Amino acid sequence: MTGVPTILDERFRAAAAASGDLDVAYDVLDDTPVGPLLVGISDRGLCRVGFDPEPEAELERLARQFGPRVLRTPKALDRVRSELDEYFAGRRHAFDLDLDLRATPEFHRRVLEELNRVEYGHTTTYGALALQVGAPRAARAVGTVMNRNPLPIVLPCHRVVGANGSLTGYGGGLDRKEWLLRLEGAIL
Amino acid sequence: MARTGIPPFERFYESHSGEVLAFLRRRAGRDRADDLFQETFLRALRAYGRLEHGEQLRAWVLTIATNAMVDAARRERPTIGLSVEPAGEAERPPIEELAPLTDDLPPKERAAVVLRYGYDLDYDAIGAALGSNEQAARQAASAGVRRLRKEKEQR
Repeated sequence: MTGVPTILDERFRAAAAASGDLDVAYDVLDDTPVGPLLVGISDRGLCRVGFDPEPEAELERLARQFGPRVLRTPKALDRVRSELDEYFAGRRHAFDLDLDLRATPEFHRRVLEELNRVEYGHTTTYGALALQVGAPRAARAVGTVMNRNPLPIVLPCHRVVGANGSLTGYGGGLDRKEWLLRLEGAIL
Repeated sequence: MARTGIPPFERFYESHSGEVLAFLRRRAGRDRADDLFQETFLRALRAYGRLEHGEQLRAWVLTIATNAMVDAARRERPTIGLSVEPAGEAERPPIEELAPLTDDLPPKERAAVVLRYGYDLDYDAIGAALGSNEQAARQAASAGVRRLRKEKEQR
């Protein structure tokens, strides 16, 4: 940091988190099995899970979507961190977190809500999800929704595969998708 | 909604926290600087969502730091008398002495006087900090000094 003693820096960040004045509190979890994860929460709930280890673009986006008061405050993410740790250790099969999807367009939100019903260790297809939201021809659009999922892992877009069972694509890269599905025992 | 050029607060904090702390330590001493540092950035955070643009953020946060110092000095010495001459161009009293002096000035004039004579900012930066311009800042500072002189004569 820029010449500010750690203790002073941490004290300010904790006070900022407690002040209620933040639009988004975030942290970067450096050592998860799928690489660094940026996680952000607003006053309404989890608003971002990002695979990009260079958070510059992420911070700009969060500022645009939720307001400019975006600050790294590790303490505010304790609960998110521990649920993710449990998930990666195979001990958690569902997340118990409030989600903030207010920056997500209506159709995307409907698809993501449907996606959220796909259980741990199971997979579905783009076409099936399209059907479930009442837009049977929209498999491609559902693919776009998955690609732009603001909360990967927690909203399990890794559980959506092609009609022939191929993994097709993943916003965070196919390696991660495969790792997550293996963790859940959906593939061997 | 689309306010341009305002960086995420994290970036703003990273860019200016070191300088603000050094400034506070120089002006208020090491002991007080830590508390003032936190106070300054909490105030900045509170106001950050209402910023219209991202220009002159350095001058802006130094103004907030100055105000935090002034407020702290006032809390510590609420009944101090008029112990120093109002500032002329040549003499620049330290911030602690300016604090009780400028208490009764209208906010804009007070900020202009404190930034000019307590912190040595040029009028361009002060104008930016006050959301106006160089000329308005110059006028506010000189109006503030005139008012201080007048108040002194009346006592």
